[in-house]
Amino acid sequence: MKRRHFLGLLGAAGVTLGSGAVATAASSADIKGLPNAGGVLFDATRCIGCRKCESACNQVNSLPAPAKPFDDLTVLDTKRRTDAKTYTIVNKYVPQASKPPVFRKIQCNHCIDPACASACFVAAFKKMETGAVVYDESVCVGCRYCMVACPFNIPAYEYDKAFTPRVMKCTLCHPRILEGKLPGCVEACPKEALTYGKRRELLNLAWDRIGANPGLYVEHVYGEREMGGTSWLTIAPKPSLAALDMNEGLGTASAPELTSGALAAVPAVAGIWPVLLTGLYAITKRKDKIAETEKQQAVAAAIAKASADAQAKLSEELAKAEVANKRRIEVEVQKALEAAATAAAAEGEDS
Amino acid sequence: MSTENAKSGSLFTPWNIVAGLILAAGIVVTIMRFTMGLGSVTNLTDNNPWGIWIGFDLLCGVALAAGGYTTSAACYIFGFKRFHGAVRPAILTAFLGYAMVVFALNYDVGRPWRLVYPIFYQQGTTSILFEVGLCVFIYLTVLFLEYLPAALEWKRGFDKYRGILVKMTMGLTILGVILSTLHQSSLGALYLIAPSKLHPLWYTAYLPVMFFMSSMFAGLSMVIFEGTISHKHFHHKMDAEYNGGYEDLQLAFAKAAAWIMAGYLAMKIFGLSMDNRWQYLGTGYGVWWLVEVFGFVAMPCYCYAVAYRDRNLKLARIAAPWTVLGIVLNRFNISLVAFNWQLPSVDRYFPSFGEIVISLFVVTIGVLIFRFIVTRMPIFYVHPAYKDSSH
Ligand code: SF4
Ligand code: SF4
Ligand code: SF4
Repeated sequence: MKRRHFLGLLGAAGVTLGSGAVATAASSADIKGLPNAGGVLFDATRCIGCRKCESACNQVNSLPAPAKPFDDLTVLDTKRRTDAKTYTIVNKYVPQASKPPVFRKIQCNHCIDPACASACFVAAFKKMETGAVVYDESVCVGCRYCMVACPFNIPAYEYDKAFTPRVMKCTLCHPRILEGKLPGCVEACPKEALTYGKRRELLNLAWDRIGANPGLYVEHVYGEREMGGTSWLTIAPKPSLAALDMNEGLGTASAPELTSGALAAVPAVAGIWPVLLTGLYAITKRKDKIAETEKQQAVAAAIAKASADAQAKLSEELAKAEVANKRRIEVEVQKALEAAATAAAAEGEDS
Repeated sequence: MSTENAKSGSLFTPWNIVAGLILAAGIVVTIMRFTMGLGSVTNLTDNNPWGIWIGFDLLCGVALAAGGYTTSAACYIFGFKRFHGAVRPAILTAFLGYAMVVFALNYDVGRPWRLVYPIFYQQGTTSILFEVGLCVFIYLTVLFLEYLPAALEWKRGFDKYRGILVKMTMGLTILGVILSTLHQSSLGALYLIAPSKLHPLWYTAYLPVMFFMSSMFAGLSMVIFEGTISHKHFHHKMDAEYNGGYEDLQLAFAKAAAWIMAGYLAMKIFGLSMDNRWQYLGTGYGVWWLVEVFGFVAMPCYCYAVAYRDRNLKLARIAAPWTVLGIVLNRFNISLVAFNWQLPSVDRYFPSFGEIVISLFVVTIGVLIFRFIVTRMPIFYVHPAYKDSSH
């Protein structure tokens, strides 16, 4: 409870700043994308919150039955998100107390440059020609970085499976589209709140509706540029997108743009570091070597000096020795002479 | 004070009892995790796919194992030969640290037997996580090779291989620095992809540089900290070379850490101004950010500087664990506290008992292996047979 309190405190303080999300420097809104990629337009002004789309999704994807049946609309009273058993959900919002509630359908937005795909280290996600972002469970390691990366909090994980946990998310009914069918939810919607088509045409349709009904819509096609653009587009009634929990602060930079700088640094580091470090090592080594040579020279000089000293001492000794020797010889000679003299004298006496 | 059972002669020292309890609990949770799935032991949710097994085991583990590349670079590349005695303990700590990180990852990912897929089967080259994985994998190998001579000296009879490895020292050291630069910074870059989820005070384009810089002083501080602890417990294993350079090294590392931390602080302030995030400082998160930056970077940095100036070892030994705590706090803030900050508090994450048990379990195993190795192999001393070796 204490932690909740602490986080709540931080959160409360943060909320006063408004959404406050980071809009990273918007580069050009150049949305490439596949020219013929499909997508879906969701019009919140038409949605009545009947949950038929949820039910159809559950059926076509053979997902497990929910705790409460799909015709139980009290489910709408709690805010939900997609989970491991639910690819799509409809939430109810009451932006203005005096007006009827507004519903918003939530599922994978099938980004043009998907964060999930950019984040996956085994490339388990692929953006297809149909516009769908599909997932390949046969390579997934289950690191869940895709879930960290997705700006819309869409992918869910099968935390309760021990051996074959998968990431779960809407596939835009990619297999059905390939068969020429509509996505399950689009087909089931009784109010034409969902329209499937080419993304380019959907954008025109969205702006036409906004233009034709002045004052009804927020003048923003959500997904036109968010995080580099998405294949699934949403338009919603006034007063605001934020009132429907749509994050308007996502910025237009796609996920790859956010990380390209860091990735580009790899070859630079791998290229420059070895040169720099070897250079540094060479300098250290050279310093060591110079120090070593200097040491050797010093030693040599010391030895030389010592031997010079010794030489000098030796010759001095020798000289001294010479003197001593001379004296000794002199003494000897003297002695000999004296001896000879004495002998001569003795001879004289004898004769 | 020593808890070495070789000395006390009893297995039932307090530390051994605690370690035993953690191991027992860890084994129970391990069995649950691998038979009933992640959901049975963790508080992870679809909104919070990463918990403390990433925030602590991976992010802190890698940062705190940075002592390996910093020490060996200081000794071999920058030529501080007098720190030679510290290289082996630092390399061993780093090797075990990374081994434990990889071990812990097996708990966190959904299908651990596929952990080699991104390297050998299908490469997601656009992913920062791919870069992290590849570098950690290669670096673990490098650290193993750097550690190996100690094991070979212990078992004897492998002088030929030992000789080859010793000749590779320089190359391995340079490779280690490159790989560390890459993956230390990439761990920060992991969060670049989620600007809408990480609080603006922590989200900055400088995240990779900040992670790299902080890994340097984390590594230096760990060497000081760990040296102090080892001194208490393994003093009888240390030779004159290790002991001789030891105080010198602690002060030199204190100085280096003070400089890098000062640079890191400057970068934090610079980043704040560049992104113009000053207004957030008045909020609850702002206060928390200030606690992290001033309480756990600026203050220990100042202590390090004073410790160096006054040659005050005691102060340096206080600043070291303090800095380490600061690193843990920073990694927790980025991966847990400031992550998903806009979600209502009921949707926020707090680790489960099982998650905490496994994190403790992993650390305990690391410490036990460390103790096993340093009491047997020539880590804190030069093997008598290799006295003249420069390795
Ligand atoms: S909405 Fe999320 S899961 Fe869907 S494509 Fe975009 S990033 Fe991926
Ligand atoms: S959980 Fe699976 S799909 Fe998601 S990033 Fe990891 S490996 Fe890729
Ligand atoms: S089926 Fe159509 S009207 Fe009904 S909840 Fe879904 S989108 Fe709204």
